[in-house]
Amino acid sequence: MSGNDTKLTDLVGSQVTVITNDGKHYVGVLRGYDQTWNLLLQECQERVYSAKSGVQVIQNPGIYCIRGDNVAIVGEVDEEADGAVDLSAIRAAPLVPIRH
Amino acid sequence: MLFFSLFKTLVGKEVTVELKNDLCISGALHSVDQYLNIKLTNTRVHNEQKYPHMMSVRNCFIRGSVVRYVHLPPGAVDVEVLHDATRREARGG
Repeated sequence: MSGNDTKLTDLVGSQVTVITNDGKHYVGVLRGYDQTWNLLLQECQERVYSAKSGVQVIQNPGIYCIRGDNVAIVGEVDEEADGAVDLSAIRAAPLVPIRH
Repeated sequence: MLFFSLFKTLVGKEVTVELKNDLCISGALHSVDQYLNIKLTNTRVHNEQKYPHMMSVRNCFIRGSVVRYVHLPPGAVDVEVLHDATRREARGG
């Protein structure tokens, strides 16, 4: 394939956001991946959204392994912008699951 | 192969990807692969009030299997060429 690649290589070692098919939202450091988008996330936190209260952050000290077929989006986090966000002020309903 | 080729011609264009969880993400199409996984740069989520999850994300990868629609800019596709390519593909070569 020419020039531009649809590969996660550049994101290894950096902070990523992952949205899964069941609507969960994880933020962590991408440590590894394979061709089926199985992911390894270190210092991973789950962000639980609620329409009534702020975002609840569940910190996981270990490593998360997310199976590729359960991954919808992998986003590159702008850490400066992410640090400026006040999670406790965000009110949003949780994402609905992917419906095929 | 036809759609893969079509998307390759759209690299650099502004597109909107609608996901199967109703999330709409606009951005410049950076790349696409054989599974129609998509990489967007300079992304923006529609209705950010409702979907604040991607606020600090500027570039993202979207798995092909969760894409419902890709909205293309008008005039981005030469319909005549696509027409011919479709017929060629249907004939098997």
